Amino acid sequence: MSAAGDDGLDEIQGIFFEECAEGLAVAEQGLSAMAGGQVSADVIAGVFRAVHSIKGGSGAFGHMALLAFSHRFENVLDEVRGGAIPPDAAVTGIMLGAFDILSDHVAAAQSGGTPPADAAMLEQLDKLLANKGAAAEPAPAPAEPAPADEFGFAPVAVDLDILDDPFGFEPVAISLDDLAGEPAGGWTVRFGPSRDAMANGGEPILVIRELERMGGHILDADLSALPPLRDLDPEESYCVWTIGLPATIDEADIRECFDFVAPDSLIDIRRQETAPVAAPPKPEPAPEIAPLPAPALRVVETAEPAPPEARPADAPQQTIRVDLSKLDQLLNLIGELVIQGSILSDRLAPADQERVELPQLARLTRQIQDNVMSLRAQPIRQAFSRVPRMLRDLMAATGKQVVLETIGETTEVDKGVLEKIGDPLTHMIRNAVDHGIETPEERLAAGKPAEGTIRLSAEQKGARIIVRVADDGRGIDRARVRAKAIEKGIVSPDAVLSDEEIDNLICAPGFSTAETISNISGRGVGMDVVRSNVEALGGRVEIHSVPGEGTSFTMALPLTLAILDGMIVRLADQRFVLPLSNVVETVQPVAGQVKRVSPGSEVIELRGAYLPMRRASDLFAIAEHQRRAPEESVVIIVESGVSGLVGLMIDTIENRREVVIKSLEDNLYPIRGLGGATILGDGSIALILDIDALIVSPGFNKFAPKGMAA
Amino acid sequence: MTKLILTVDDSASMRMLLKASLTAQGFRIEGAEDGAEGLERMHEVKPDLLITDINMPKMDGFELIEAVRDVPEFRGTPILVLSTEFSDDKKARARSAGATGWITKPFDAAKLGAAIRRVCP
Repeated sequence: MSAAGDDGLDEIQGIFFEECAEGLAVAEQGLSAMAGGQVSADVIAGVFRAVHSIKGGSGAFGHMALLAFSHRFENVLDEVRGGAIPPDAAVTGIMLGAFDILSDHVAAAQSGGTPPADAAMLEQLDKLLANKGAAAEPAPAPAEPAPADEFGFAPVAVDLDILDDPFGFEPVAISLDDLAGEPAGGWTVRFGPSRDAMANGGEPILVIRELERMGGHILDADLSALPPLRDLDPEESYCVWTIGLPATIDEADIRECFDFVAPDSLIDIRRQETAPVAAPPKPEPAPEIAPLPAPALRVVETAEPAPPEARPADAPQQTIRVDLSKLDQLLNLIGELVIQGSILSDRLAPADQERVELPQLARLTRQIQDNVMSLRAQPIRQAFSRVPRMLRDLMAATGKQVVLETIGETTEVDKGVLEKIGDPLTHMIRNAVDHGIETPEERLAAGKPAEGTIRLSAEQKGARIIVRVADDGRGIDRARVRAKAIEKGIVSPDAVLSDEEIDNLICAPGFSTAETISNISGRGVGMDVVRSNVEALGGRVEIHSVPGEGTSFTMALPLTLAILDGMIVRLADQRFVLPLSNVVETVQPVAGQVKRVSPGSEVIELRGAYLPMRRASDLFAIAEHQRRAPEESVVIIVESGVSGLVGLMIDTIENRREVVIKSLEDNLYPIRGLGGATILGDGSIALILDIDALIVSPGFNKFAPKGMAA
Repeated sequence: MTKLILTVDDSASMRMLLKASLTAQGFRIEGAEDGAEGLERMHEVKPDLLITDINMPKMDGFELIEAVRDVPEFRGTPILVLSTEFSDDKKARARSAGATGWITKPFDAAKLGAAIRRVCP
């Protein structure tokens, strides 16, 4: 039932699914709030409206399964909104379940996949509708079948009795006398618009014209009600027409012409030769003499318990929708602008570089860039919002009990980053429930509350977003991890490994300690995928575990994937870019300041303390003759998440520059320690160092492809 | 003469869908995304027909219809409600607010066109 049979429809569908995603987020937030005891008319109305909108579009785009389910869900929400179904814990629980299935339906509609099995949930929803509060009026048909008819105009048509529509958007049939002179075998229609038929923009004449277009003709016009001219109100209607129509016309088509006729109007449609009154049984909307249904006014007084307009809480912001690719283009252009700025700066004499115009230009560029970045920034809530649902599924599957705490949901992340952390996050949560949190019995035995806690947090630290999944479970069983790693040939049996290194082994490819492959985490992909995904984003994963107390997985992600504030350093004949966010200070070592403590392990003395130090020339296997002594080098003190402060020895520092990150992955296998490349002002290429991966890498003094480091 | 229709719906996809299906049938379409904007647009474009959703933020469809009918100029402008709801209560409420007719979503483009011509030839 595509309404617009043009290529624009796909685009419109795309927008519809975006709206679905927004609606689902609103609904989930609302339902979660309700589950947490925050039940207010606003919250319920918000959830209702979200589901309602999904339903509205789903029909328009022909997603019938989604339409049917959202329709039933909406019915329940409507009753909750109206107060007939109390939103107690049981009801909220069912609605959360219904929400999950609704999400699946949306996903299925979007991907063209098979709709989820929803029969059981529909039954639960029906039960709610059937048992709704005794105070409410007896339920009519508990749940109408979905309005899946092709017309869409009148899903009421499946209702038992359209004639009882008290409000006459549907025709009201009243039969008066028999009529004379109608053509044999055809339809005879009597139409007497109510007095006020021309209020509300109604035009009774249009009905007659439409009937005429269908082949009808006026047989008679009863003008007896017409008042004397001086009493005549030109805005009222006084005539009753009798119209004859050919027998070939469908009754439904005739009725449709009266769709918008004022409710109290006389509309009598009958076949000339059949006994007009009460012959067809109930389901056929048989014309028969019937008292006018109670007038519309009655219903108007039935004030809605929760008028949908009362929702100041979600005061919407003024927004426009922009195609993400346009923002990407903009970002790319700004990247080019930054590069050109660098080139320009390089071409200028040092004196000119200091002049006011250039820094001003740079500052403006920077501001534009920040602005564009903020356009792409989205609250991380979007990624977090998938978690509660997943946890519910996991709890059901494992029998474990978990409480979720979220912190920092409003932290904003670049949309590109946001899109890519969903999977790692999912896996981290699964891992935490499956391997971290113990069963309630185990927990009680260990003196912990039966309910485990998973704390999901996000915060911005400098140019990084730190996303952490922390559980209070059993912690990593290092002996077992080690044994497993040896068994799998990941490490040699005589390797000396620190606790951290053992913990990191669970990120090694193919590593799985679960004795039996559970259907939750053990799917062949493991934490190694998490790590490589995160590293592909220029981020890193840290694991911190205390046996018996819990494990935390921390993802440190770049705020943006596009531009980096960097320090250009030189090593041998090459230039590298060091992210400025890692740089703490630089030191020009004097003789004796760098000390060798064991083979391959050096420290640098800094104000009385010793920091571990690495030579970049070692990390990059620079030829011996190109290496410089410490006294001729510069040591950059960098901060790394796991190892804290570390010195990195390079040859010289050139300058500081904003660089546009060009991904290497399009052309190369991801390389641990390299975060990308950039084009410098003179057109040459410099590799960007990923300090964390470089320093933290357990292999440390060797380059290894992803995942092989452990 | 091309009829101008103002469609008010908070869903962008719905507005686009309406626009696509109705322009194909020779109508001109303007859009607004909630009742408040709809009322403003009424004054700006003075359409031949108003099609409005019911559940919308800020000002809902009922309020919009009432506000439109309060303007003498728009007293005779046909107003169709296009909503997924179809309860009699809602229809009655729309009617008493001043709606000319009610169309239940989802709509079929051809039928919608016919319905429009029923109030706006």
